[in-house]
Amino acid sequence: MRTRKIVAAAAGAVLALSLAACGQGGTSGAGGGPLIAIVSKGFQHQFWQSVKKGAEDEAAAKGARITFVGPPTEKDVEQQVNMLTNELAKSPQALGFAALDSRAAAPLLQQAKSQNIPVVAFDSGVDSDIPVTTVATDNKAAAAEAAKHLSEQIGGQGKVALVVHDQTSLSGKDRRDGFLDWMRQNAPGITVLPPQYGGGDQLESANITKSIISANPDLKGIYAANEGSAIGVIKGVEESGKSGAIKIAGFDSGKAQIDAINSGLMAGAVTQDPLDMGKQLVDAALKAINKEQLPKRIDTAYYWYDKTNINDPKIKAALYQ
Amino acid sequence: MTTTKAPARERTQATGLTGAIKGRLQQLLAFASLIVIYAFFSIVSPFFFSYGNFIAILFSTVVIGTLAIGTTFVIISAGIDLSVGTGMALCAVMSGVFMVNMDLPLALGVPLAVLFGGLMGLVNGINVAILRIPPFIATLAMMLVAEGLALVLSHSTPIYFSDVPGYTDLSTGNLIPNVPNAVLILLVVAIIAGVLLTKSVLGRYTYSIGSNEEATALSGIDVRKWKIAIYAFAGLFTGLAGVMISARLGSAQPATGMGYELQAIAAVVIGGTSLSGGKGSIIGTLIGALIISVLNNGLQIMSIPQEWQNVILGGVILVAVYTDRIRKREA
Repeated sequence: MRTRKIVAAAAGAVLALSLAACGQGGTSGAGGGPLIAIVSKGFQHQFWQSVKKGAEDEAAAKGARITFVGPPTEKDVEQQVNMLTNELAKSPQALGFAALDSRAAAPLLQQAKSQNIPVVAFDSGVDSDIPVTTVATDNKAAAAEAAKHLSEQIGGQGKVALVVHDQTSLSGKDRRDGFLDWMRQNAPGITVLPPQYGGGDQLESANITKSIISANPDLKGIYAANEGSAIGVIKGVEESGKSGAIKIAGFDSGKAQIDAINSGLMAGAVTQDPLDMGKQLVDAALKAINKEQLPKRIDTAYYWYDKTNINDPKIKAALYQ
Repeated sequence: MTTTKAPARERTQATGLTGAIKGRLQQLLAFASLIVIYAFFSIVSPFFFSYGNFIAILFSTVVIGTLAIGTTFVIISAGIDLSVGTGMALCAVMSGVFMVNMDLPLALGVPLAVLFGGLMGLVNGINVAILRIPPFIATLAMMLVAEGLALVLSHSTPIYFSDVPGYTDLSTGNLIPNVPNAVLILLVVAIIAGVLLTKSVLGRYTYSIGSNEEATALSGIDVRKWKIAIYAFAGLFTGLAGVMISARLGSAQPATGMGYELQAIAAVVIGGTSLSGGKGSIIGTLIGALIISVLNNGLQIMSIPQEWQNVILGGVILVAVYTDRIRKREA
C-alpha cells in the first residue's frame, strides 16, 4: 500500500515539475508569430549560449518565436539526430540547423523538405542542397585577418608556425588555408613552418608548441586556430621561457585567451560574433518563411581584438569568458 | 552482508507469493507511470500524440534500450558495466574496420562486430571474476581503453558506410511498412533476452549470483565461470548497439558513446532492477528506457528549456531509486 502511495506521489511530483518548467519559459519570444526551431551543435558552451541570445533578441524584435536545443557535446551525433526528429514533430515554420554530421542528418533534412519547412544552415555548412542558405563566419577571411596582424606584430620578417585543431574539419582547413594564403601573397619576408595539428587539445598543442620552439630557436610568431590550440600555444611558449619574445595570434575567445591578451602574453585573437550569428540566422529564417530570395551564403561578423580594443562594447559582446 | 542474507532458494520460499506479487507490482507501476506520462504529453501538446511521433520515440530508444538489456544482466548479477558506452563506439568502429577497410560482406561483418562486443565483455568478465578487480574499476578501465582504441583504429575520423550496400537498412529500412528495422531488432532481442533471463541456466545463475554469491558458490556452481559468461553475454548487446548506432547514422563516430552507459544504467534502475543485484527484468528495463525517451521527446516537443529537461530527468531517476529502496525496506 505504502509503495503505491509513494509512486503516485512521485508521479505527481514529476508532472508538477514539468508544469513548473513550462511556466518557467517554454518558447522564447512572446505570443504568436512564426516558430523557428533551432538545432545547434552544442548547448552548454558559452559560444552556443551567445548564438541563442542573439537569436532570442532578434526573434523578440521581429515578433517570432524560437526554440533552441543542442546535444551536450559536439560528439553526440545520435542525440542531435533525435533532437532534430523531435523538433520536426512540432512542424515549425522554419528550421535552423548546425550539423555535427551532415550525412547522418540527411534523411531528416529530406523530411523537412517534404514537410515544406525551409532549412537555414548555420555555423558550418550542411553538406546538402536542401538548406536555403548558410549563415556562417567566413573562416578563411577571419584567418587572413589573424595573419595580417601577426605579420604586423613581427614587422613582416622571420619564421612563424601554426598550430591547428585538425586537418579534416571544414573549419580546421579554412582557418589553416586562410592564414597560409595571406602569408604567401602578402608577406614575402615571412617563412611559414609546416602546420602542426593538436586536435584542439590544450596539452597536445602545448607539447607541439614546445617542440616547434626547441627546433626553431629563432621563431618569431605562432598562430593558433581555435581556443584549445591557443591555450596550448600560450602554455607552450610560457613553459619554454619565451613569453613576449614570441608573438601569439589566437582564434575565438574564452577566459584563458582574454587573460593572456590582457597580460601581454598574447598579441591578440580573431573572434567570431556568435550574437550576430544568432541574429542573422533568425533574419534568414524569417525571409525564408516569406519566400524571399536568399544568397547561398550569409557571412557573419568577425573581429580582431587585442589589448587596445578588448573593452570596446561591440567586441565585449562577442567575447565569451 | 553475506552472513545476514539467507541463501537464495530459502529466501524465495520465505517471501513466497507476496514476494512474487510485489515483484510484478514494481513493473506494473513502472508501466503505469509510462502510460501516465504518455497521456500527460498527449493532452498538453498537440504534436505529441501521433503515429509518427510514437515511432520516433521507439526509434530513439533503440540504442540505449539495447545497451540497457545487456546492462540488466550485469546489474542483476550485482555487477556494473561502465564500458558499454565507449565500448559501443569501439564496436561501431570495428564494424567500419570489417566492412569498409577490410571489405567483408555484411553477413560476416555485422556478426563479427557483435562478437567483438562479446570479446570486450569476456575481458571484463575475466578481470572481474579471475583477477578479482571490482566491477566498477574493471569496467571503468575498459571504458577508457575502448574510448582510446576507437580513436586509434579510426584515426579519429568517422568511418562512413556509403559503400556498404544495405548497412543503413539494418536500422532505417522497413521490413514492416512505417516501422524502422531497428525497432523490430530491439523487440526481437528483448524477447530473446527476456526468455534467456527467466528460462535458461544463464538467467537462473545470474539471479542466484546477484542475490547471494557465496551461497551460490557453496551449492557447487562455478561462480567465476558464470560471471565471465554474464559479462561476455552482456557484451554482445554492446556490439549490437554499436552496429545499430552506426547503421542509423551511416557512419561510425569514434568519439561518441561516453555517457550512454549512465543512461543505460538509469533505464535499468527506473525499470525496477535493484543495483544490489538479484532482482530485475528485461520488460522493466524496456519500460525504463521508454520512460527516458518519452520524457526526452515530450519535454522537447513542449519546448521546455533544455536545462529543465535534465532537471526533470534527474528527478525521475531519484524517484525510481527511492521507491526501490522503500520497497526493499518493506520486504
